[in-house]
Amino acid sequence: MRIALRIALAASAALLTLGVAQAQEKTLRIGTEGAYPPFNNLTSDGQLVGFDIDIAKALCDEMKVKCTFVAQDWDGIIPALQAGKFDAIVASMSITPERQQKVDFTHKYYNTPSAIAVPKDSPLKGTTKADLAGKTIGVATTTTHFNYASKTYTDSTIKGYPSSPEEQADLANGRLDAIEDDIVVLQQWLDSPDGACCKILGQPSPQPVEIFGPGAGIAVRKGETDLVNKLNAAIDAIRKNGKYKEINDKYFKFDVYGAES
Amino acid sequence: MSISQAIAVERPPPQARGWPRARIVGYSLVCLWILFGLGILAYLVHAWNGEFFAKYAPAYLRGLGTTLALVTTSMIAGAILSLPVTYARMSKNRILSGLAYCYVYFFRGTPLLAQTYLVYYGIGSFRPQLETVGLWWFFREAFYCGVFAFSLNTAAYQAEILRGAIESVPRGQWEGAASLGLHKLETLRKVILPQAFVVALRPYGNELVLMIKASAIVAIITVYDLMGNAKLAYANSFDIQAYIWVAIVYLVMVEILRHGVEWIERRITIHLKR
Repeated sequence: MRIALRIALAASAALLTLGVAQAQEKTLRIGTEGAYPPFNNLTSDGQLVGFDIDIAKALCDEMKVKCTFVAQDWDGIIPALQAGKFDAIVASMSITPERQQKVDFTHKYYNTPSAIAVPKDSPLKGTTKADLAGKTIGVATTTTHFNYASKTYTDSTIKGYPSSPEEQADLANGRLDAIEDDIVVLQQWLDSPDGACCKILGQPSPQPVEIFGPGAGIAVRKGETDLVNKLNAAIDAIRKNGKYKEINDKYFKFDVYGAES
Repeated sequence: MSISQAIAVERPPPQARGWPRARIVGYSLVCLWILFGLGILAYLVHAWNGEFFAKYAPAYLRGLGTTLALVTTSMIAGAILSLPVTYARMSKNRILSGLAYCYVYFFRGTPLLAQTYLVYYGIGSFRPQLETVGLWWFFREAFYCGVFAFSLNTAAYQAEILRGAIESVPRGQWEGAASLGLHKLETLRKVILPQAFVVALRPYGNELVLMIKASAIVAIITVYDLMGNAKLAYANSFDIQAYIWVAIVYLVMVEILRHGVEWIERRITIHLKR
């Protein structure tokens, strides 16, 4: 029974530390994925870099708050936000109606289309349902691309991956006939030595806004209207003062913001 | 059990009376767990969503099928593979036993997750070489890769279980059988293994339970097992129920298995009961 007592003590100690950890901090904690270059990526020495990270830093400067970053697996990123592990998600998350039931979004901070990549020697000609019938398509799960592929390419086999690098590796391996992902993410990979095997086949069309949403926004816990307003104001401000363009040009040759909303 | 042991039997200390501290702590901990269980139950009743159930139950069942197929195939393949490994491990030949030791050392010392990744993405990147030797059809399929990695892993554990159990049988049994003129293999089959199995049963049961739970990691190599389907259900619904249900299904599986192992143990230890 001594052991039982010890366990009880250990358990209460664990509960106490949890309580302390959940005490509100002054800094804004930002969650991101770190496996979605060039938007967010973990470097080999564990640093988070990318467009999302730079935008988040610019927004924090604009709001004059201190920010810390947390890398979190994509699948668990919304639950982690709800559990209070961080206060905002800046991870290229598309604003969709399903997600809006669980979290609140800011306006979009960029919008790039979905595209399909295939091996260079692929016989595939187009991106329609008929073109891809009977083929195997790899997509990262819990993404708008996955939702689109499962709804559109019903005659193809859809394989779900935990994140983009895995689906890219399997396309290069030859396990897949095609992959669907954000065009910028695909292009970045195709430009790297690992992506030498493959090419962009084209963009699926049409890309309905009900599935893809108006673009990528910043997600916060439901009801935190104050934070949403502040973030929206900061997005507008960096769009106006040229900071956004500066970051955009660091990564891309075109404006990823898309049409003015 | 020798006679001297039977005489010097140690009786448990008498039950404490009243409410010593340990008993209070014990009861309150049990109450806490019961409350926790009731909480989950209440949540599930409260959050009962017929729509969710109708939509995802078939996917869960398909996933359960995949999990069972994966675990069963891997366990059987692992059991077969563990025989030569055990033999090599117990061999007097230094090289043979060294090789078997390295095999067991590697597969017990590295995470199954890393092994599965290595098999699927690592071997997968040698496609031209695999095509030359005609093995690509096997490694192309994620399910086969999963079975391959799991079999290799469980074979290492099962070999150790088997070796430990065989070595737990006293040397005298071997000597006795030899003095009766029994062949070595016959000794193993008729004398040693029946006794070793009593020792090995529980660890085998544990290994099976661990495999069932570890099988959840195949979701990362695109095999939609039970866990993979739960993840998809969660991704589509953002409803935490998805994970509670899957936990319950795993719990039920493990519970059935536990009772099965207990039943077998009762059967094979009848001669030890007094």
